[in-house]
Amino acid sequence: MTDATASRSIDTPGGPLDPARALGPSPTARFFRRMRGHTSVMFGGSVLLLIIAVAVFAPLIAPHDPYEQDLFKRLLPPFWMEGANPAHLLGTDNLGRDYLSRLIYGAQISLMIGICTAVLSGIIGTALGVTAGYFGGKVDAVITFIITTRLSMPIVLVALAIVALVGGSLEAVILVLGLLLWDRYAVVMRSATQQARSMDYVSAARAIGCPTWRIVLSEIMPNVINNLIVIATFEIAHAILLEAALSFLGLGVQPPAPSWGLMIAEGKEFLLFDPWVITIPGIALSILVLAVNMLGDGIRDVSAPENRS
Amino acid sequence: MLNFALRRLLLACLVALTVSVIAFFLVRVSGDMAIALAGESASAEDIAEIREAYGLDRPIIVQYADWLGKALQGDFGESLFFPETVWELVATRLPVTLRLAMAGLVLSLLIGVPFGVIAALRPNSWIDRLAMTIAVAGQAIPSFWMGLMLMVLFGLFLRWTPISGDDTWVHFILPAVTLGYYSTPPIMRLTRSGMLEVLQADYIRTAYAKGLRPMPVLFKHALRNAVIPVVALASVQFGHMLSGAIVIESVFAMQGIGYLAWESILRKDIAVIQAILLIVCLFYVFLTVLSDLLNAWLDPRIRVN
Repeated sequence: MTDATASRSIDTPGGPLDPARALGPSPTARFFRRMRGHTSVMFGGSVLLLIIAVAVFAPLIAPHDPYEQDLFKRLLPPFWMEGANPAHLLGTDNLGRDYLSRLIYGAQISLMIGICTAVLSGIIGTALGVTAGYFGGKVDAVITFIITTRLSMPIVLVALAIVALVGGSLEAVILVLGLLLWDRYAVVMRSATQQARSMDYVSAARAIGCPTWRIVLSEIMPNVINNLIVIATFEIAHAILLEAALSFLGLGVQPPAPSWGLMIAEGKEFLLFDPWVITIPGIALSILVLAVNMLGDGIRDVSAPENRS
Repeated sequence: MLNFALRRLLLACLVALTVSVIAFFLVRVSGDMAIALAGESASAEDIAEIREAYGLDRPIIVQYADWLGKALQGDFGESLFFPETVWELVATRLPVTLRLAMAGLVLSLLIGVPFGVIAALRPNSWIDRLAMTIAVAGQAIPSFWMGLMLMVLFGLFLRWTPISGDDTWVHFILPAVTLGYYSTPPIMRLTRSGMLEVLQADYIRTAYAKGLRPMPVLFKHALRNAVIPVVALASVQFGHMLSGAIVIESVFAMQGIGYLAWESILRKDIAVIQAILLIVCLFYVFLTVLSDLLNAWLDPRIRVN
């Protein structure tokens, strides 16, 4: 067949027999179209992108150095209150550090901890869950026991104890939370893998002698990846809240880092006369976590099988 | 059912044992207990003497067996900072935490169940959406911050409640609200989905068909069945509250075991940390078994599988 006839063939892209046209948009394209039409995906996603942009471009956006102290300008109020200094839009903390700049740099800490923790715990949980679901039997029993044991340990208490022992730092918090927050991944991936494993295409792959690692990576993973993304978003939110709580209790990220939880802890003693000191970082935390949760809720709605047309 | 319960209890004992190993070694691997006991400035001889006096020179497995054996008899050793024994400390502090968690749980049931029922009766109505919106938004608020904001609003500005302490029931209002708030959405959601399912069941239609009034059908027939999984969930939530109490108690300066845990962790009071870790974990294990048994009793499919 020559090129000329091929170009006139009826099954060329866009032609009447183009398989793409007969099947409609690909599942991925449909997924993204539904994402665009979903309010909470759009809202949560936009807010999250905005916060990520702020964190990435913090050195360009922040009006001051977040660590620069000026004891003559302590606890200046934010712009909506009397006595505000236009150079410090959100005021200053008790060491005279610019609050807006600290807030902007704080976004880096929250996002870093949220994302790194979700990735670390995601790797652990997925490995455990997929292994248990795929192999079943004794392997499943052992992993289920590990999951049950993990679930009977209160996260805050255990995390506090470990961080106190190894010393608080950004890396320590990521490591500790990453090693603790994998349970939901493991539970969901285990049952998702069990379902996927009973599919005919998995039996077929096994029948033609596919190695196990390949079946897991190319037959099972693509079918459980939606669940993975949804859990990952929720775990990001979870980790951000836990970091804030640990830092608030003095056992997370250490001063002078501008962690939002730490800013609330430092503002606690000024609560009586300057409640805005704790209000501002608290609102920032809530907005970030809300955005991540809404995105997760939205992706779950969009990717739920019952929503597939 | 008996078979299932026995298997579940056996598993719980294994989990409890594993947890005790973790509670012991987690704290032990971190640092030298002899140095912690002797103090940073102690001489090498002092440290060696303390190591021998406390039996810290024995193999760690022997130390673990010794610790667990004594712990089972209620002997958790001595605190480094308090004159009381660890057991006395925990025994005086535990009631505050249990009271707080109980108050939080009751509160979240009192709000979660009725709202869940209303939401199920009018799915997708404004009240359903409002309840869900509050639930979603609320999960994003850090609990310690919420506690501080309630403290500022009701304690400092309105002066309705005390801002810290645990002397009277009034002191428990703000902490219980803060703690209960986070358990309300899951309880509400489970009540809603349970009611939605039950209301479509044939026996509800039969009840209506034989002329019963809506209220008795709703409460005697529907809610009774929808609420059992909620009870199971509530027992798990109670465990979460014991853990959440660490943060809330330190916000409101309540002398419960959460606050004790925090103080002890900051001071590296190892015996107290180990004891609290073990006790709270055992509570968790017990509550999970309780919840599993409740669910299995309700749903025979769980027992068989």
